[in-house]
Amino acid sequence: MADDFIAGLCELVRGHAERGAALNIRGGGTKDFYGAGQRDGTVLEMGAYAGIVAYEPRELVLTVRAGTPLAEVEHALAAERQMLPFEPPHFAEGAARATIGGAVACGLSGPRRPYAGALRDFVLGTRIVNGKGEDLSFGGRVIKNVAGYDVSRLMAGALGTLGIVTEVSFKVLPRPAAEATLVFEMDQAEAIARANAWAGQPLPLSATAWQDGVLRVRLSGAPAAVDSACAKLGGAQDAASDYWRELREQRLAFFAGDGPLWRVSLPQTTEPVLAHSRQLVEWGGGVRWIHGAANALEVRSTAERAGGHATLFRGGDKSVGVFHPLQPAVMKIHRRLKAAFDPAGILNPGRMYDF
Amino acid sequence: MATAALGATGARSRMLAALRAVRPPLAIVADEEGLKPFETDAFIAHRETPMLAVLPADEGEVRSVVRACRELAVPVVSRGAGTGISGGAIPRNDGVLLVMTRMKRIVALDPKARLAVVEPGVRNLQVSEAAAPAGLFYAPDPSSQLVCSIGGNVAENAGGVHCLKYGLTTHNLLAMRAIDADGDLVEAGSHALDAPGYDLMALLTGSEGNLGVITRVTVRLLPLPEATRTLLAAFPSVREAALAVGEIIGAGIVPAALEMMDRVVIEACERCWALGLPPGAQALLLAEVDGCTEEAEAAAASVRAILEASGATEVRLAADAAERERLWKSRKGAFTALATILPDYYAIDGTIPRRCLPAILEQVYALAAEYGLLVGNVFHAGDGNIHPCIFYDANKPGDLERGEELGGRILEACVAAGGTITGEHGVGIEKLAQMCVQFRPAEIAAFHAVKAAFDPAGILNPGKAVPTLRRCTEWSGMRVRGGAVPRPDIPRF
Repeated sequence: MADDFIAGLCELVRGHAERGAALNIRGGGTKDFYGAGQRDGTVLEMGAYAGIVAYEPRELVLTVRAGTPLAEVEHALAAERQMLPFEPPHFAEGAARATIGGAVACGLSGPRRPYAGALRDFVLGTRIVNGKGEDLSFGGRVIKNVAGYDVSRLMAGALGTLGIVTEVSFKVLPRPAAEATLVFEMDQAEAIARANAWAGQPLPLSATAWQDGVLRVRLSGAPAAVDSACAKLGGAQDAASDYWRELREQRLAFFAGDGPLWRVSLPQTTEPVLAHSRQLVEWGGGVRWIHGAANALEVRSTAERAGGHATLFRGGDKSVGVFHPLQPAVMKIHRRLKAAFDPAGILNPGRMYDF
Repeated sequence: MATAALGATGARSRMLAALRAVRPPLAIVADEEGLKPFETDAFIAHRETPMLAVLPADEGEVRSVVRACRELAVPVVSRGAGTGISGGAIPRNDGVLLVMTRMKRIVALDPKARLAVVEPGVRNLQVSEAAAPAGLFYAPDPSSQLVCSIGGNVAENAGGVHCLKYGLTTHNLLAMRAIDADGDLVEAGSHALDAPGYDLMALLTGSEGNLGVITRVTVRLLPLPEATRTLLAAFPSVREAALAVGEIIGAGIVPAALEMMDRVVIEACERCWALGLPPGAQALLLAEVDGCTEEAEAAAASVRAILEASGATEVRLAADAAERERLWKSRKGAFTALATILPDYYAIDGTIPRRCLPAILEQVYALAAEYGLLVGNVFHAGDGNIHPCIFYDANKPGDLERGEELGGRILEACVAAGGTITGEHGVGIEKLAQMCVQFRPAEIAAFHAVKAAFDPAGILNPGKAVPTLRRCTEWSGMRVRGGAVPRPDIPRF
């Protein structure tokens, strides 16, 4: 059945390539809002290609089909006291369920990212169907692998524009035995300074977030390590254990309401920017969420001056470009890579940039 | 014949003239004597004299050289410290060799931001040394870390003994600058935790000089662990040691290092340094755990219990840093010790799923017996990354060829077990044939398409890392004649 699905998919892609007809790839549809607008075309539903292909907890490796619900993967890992260390957001609403393929295509990571690594860091291998309808496998199911260019990691965050991800292998990790959240009252500048100072010490940090004068710090690890870090850092313990999940899923009050949501990615130690805006600071200062009316040009130029970039994450006027403009030499390579993997330009055209 | 030679001389003098025209003047090596040290890297079985060598002083000079080479359609091979053992930096006699060793500045070290900006010629260990006063370190630690350069580490996606916990080079970079084949500056990654667009940094890392010449790298620095605990366990068989590896990871422990040595290696080390390693052991397992003190203590206790329950005949826990050094001596000095058995050996670099360790090692010993060659094993057991060392005598006709063939068979066994032909050493020229075993023609074609996106004319390190489709076809033809299955239908994904 699996082989039939892939064979059918290859044929479908070849047919569309011949006609130059666009394919809009879709998992659970939970991240339809993300990225530039979709062009008219056939919606390719990947939800049917689901299931865990291989999971050997002692290998710390999981191989899964793209349409598998993220929740199902997390459940299977939890049963073995393991996890996807990059804490990908689901953004599921109502009956919709995020899929692993969508998570890889969007390449988004959650609160643990600065301390454990991003989604791309845990991708070991991918199987894809490229825009020519070829079924290709890159990377593998082993921890170390440097044979061939790292095409599997390239798929993370490529928004399906280079290939339809059909299977993914991840490195997974044991779930920490203990976790605690500490709360400190301080302003944004001090929170950024503290978070970075702590990250330079051997502390079991696993998340930080600041909003409305409060810095939250999550510690994860062996119970003794978490206890000793709590004693060292001081602060009050936060009983609300679902804060990090609500943050990851953007269900905190900060994210409520329409208005554009900007994700400003900056070097972690950057001083507070755009002081007049409503902000939530994550990733030890590495991400500044800005919610509400903002001048796109000002946001972009501020990010760029600081050595970062800005994404119009949700809402707003997408005509300003969802993703940060690329330098000409980098854009040149993007166009050539797109042409190499998808010569007819049929895979999610326009979802990332204008190709 | 004479015309061809004349053509080559003409190309050389045209290239030399173009390079000499660059202002400010480049450091060019054109004489035979001066070119000699650059004939090979650490894959010493093969050598070639470069047409010319240039030692650029900065990014601008790299750009000038690449542009001049592009104009004249002359290949460019870049080289760091030359410690690579797959031949990735072996020059071409029709190409210019870019020797990056003069670009060795640590441009910036920011302890607060926990990053260092370095030029490609900076040595790996130098970064950790510079970061140590701030309580930080650069995690990837290939065994050549004393001399190997960061540029080479990036080009090869170098590993080390602490990959299981800390990852490979690709996991420890924030940003890089490279000159592509058009001579354009490509900036990949950023000092933020991500960058817009495709992950070009992922492609450039491990691309073996095929996609660009790396001119600057920003590495991520980590806090030095508060405590480190090192254990050494002796086992009555390789099999039991390999099974213990799975038990440790199955218990939810991610050791910083988990290394194994077999009897051949143990005896060589003992002969060299008289370390007092457990006598009669068939295999040694070296395990290191780190973190804050409480964490390291707890993990060390768990690891000890698991080792003992898995059949270890003796377990030693290093009491202090000096004893830790001593325990590591056998692992880190293993290759030096092995060289005393026979001067010539050939180290393999396959990776397999960890559970296949006992079976693959048995296969390695069986193959070695079949070829009548001695093999010693010292490797990263926690990563499933095996390094069988095949001993041969270069003075004995046919010995090297038999050794290389045995190496090829071992790598094919790794692929058949669902693994890969190279975990950290790279493909270079050494493993081109095995690439055809691991990848299908459409995948090889995709690699060539990736290269063309960075290097349409194919002037950057051509002929390395990815075989031509023609070579794969020829190679599988050869294998059929040899009676073996060319492409067994193995689960490769």
